[in-house]
Amino acid sequence: MSEQNPGLADPLPSLDPASPIDVADLTALHARLIAGAKTEGLIDIAYRTVDSPVGPLLVAATSTGLVRVAFEIEDFDRVLAALAALVSPRILHTPHRLDIVARALDDYFAGRRTGFDLPLDHALSSGFRERVQRHLVQIPYGQTTTYGQLAADLGSPRAVRAVGTACSTNPLPIIQPCHRVLRGDGALGGYLGGAHVKRSLIALEAGNR
Amino acid sequence: MRNGQPFEAAVQEHGPRVLRVCRAVLGPGHDADDAWSATFLAALRAWPTLDRGTNIEAWLVRVAQRKCIDVIRAKSRRAIPSDVLPEPDSPPPPADKSIWYAVARLPEKQRLALAYHYYGGLPHTETAELIGSTPAAVRRAASDGIASLRRILAENGEIV
Repeated sequence: MSEQNPGLADPLPSLDPASPIDVADLTALHARLIAGAKTEGLIDIAYRTVDSPVGPLLVAATSTGLVRVAFEIEDFDRVLAALAALVSPRILHTPHRLDIVARALDDYFAGRRTGFDLPLDHALSSGFRERVQRHLVQIPYGQTTTYGQLAADLGSPRAVRAVGTACSTNPLPIIQPCHRVLRGDGALGGYLGGAHVKRSLIALEAGNR
Repeated sequence: MRNGQPFEAAVQEHGPRVLRVCRAVLGPGHDADDAWSATFLAALRAWPTLDRGTNIEAWLVRVAQRKCIDVIRAKSRRAIPSDVLPEPDSPPPPADKSIWYAVARLPEKQRLALAYHYYGGLPHTETAELIGSTPAAVRRAASDGIASLRRILAENGEIV
């Protein structure tokens, strides 16, 4: 107790202009800020992270609906910076909101849910990519299709590469199941969260069919 | 170019500094919490229209200064005399807050110089503009304030 440990912060008052502030005080103030911002309608994007068997996921929502699901490999800071630039910089971390999304993802990974009926915000998509991404939910749980077949289903059989790009830029992976789309030669194809994540999602669904 | 930074990053990065400023001006109680909250709500309102390249930290400290004044004015309107100092027989403040009780005992000029310059990080010139003083006086008040703080903390038997 009386031993000096230079590695620990001095518990006595310090004249350091950046003297540490109790985390509990900052947490309480942050919660109050969230409440005030919500009352005034100032939160354009609320986000939190959700633990999953494929690593932490960032989920972000606007007042319209879920706008982004991101894998840790994408770098959450970069994902938030992109959201700020493309949608709105009024972004706040709301750890106790988005519970419905967190629960739905938990249920999905536990095999208790085969689809998502969450409101979505397609603000990050447009044009043909948006058509492709919205169509992904038509691929049944536990089944796979190919980029070529998906292009044909959308009436643009020659747009295989564009379909591939749409899948690789899907802002709502898992929810809009681009992991169910494989290459025509049977290869896995790319995935935003990494090939191993795509493989485990396919395996998860195959095991719960 | 408009500011495109996620607001949460600014809260995380500058929240502690703004709280130190508010506590230096108002003491480590509800008033400082009120001023902190008002600062970040105002900042959130203005956030999308802020020019890119704005010095966010200095901007937030200036917003905090206005919010501290609002809190002081609201209190004086309510006309309830109140003091940030604890009652003589009240238990000693927690160690992480005792510095703010010491700051509260400083003369106003020293306290404000420390709040905006030492804790807020604003230059002497800008601090002088904010509190209606001169850069030289701010420099003197800040250094006198630090000396007084050392003395107060030493009197309280606290090692600095």
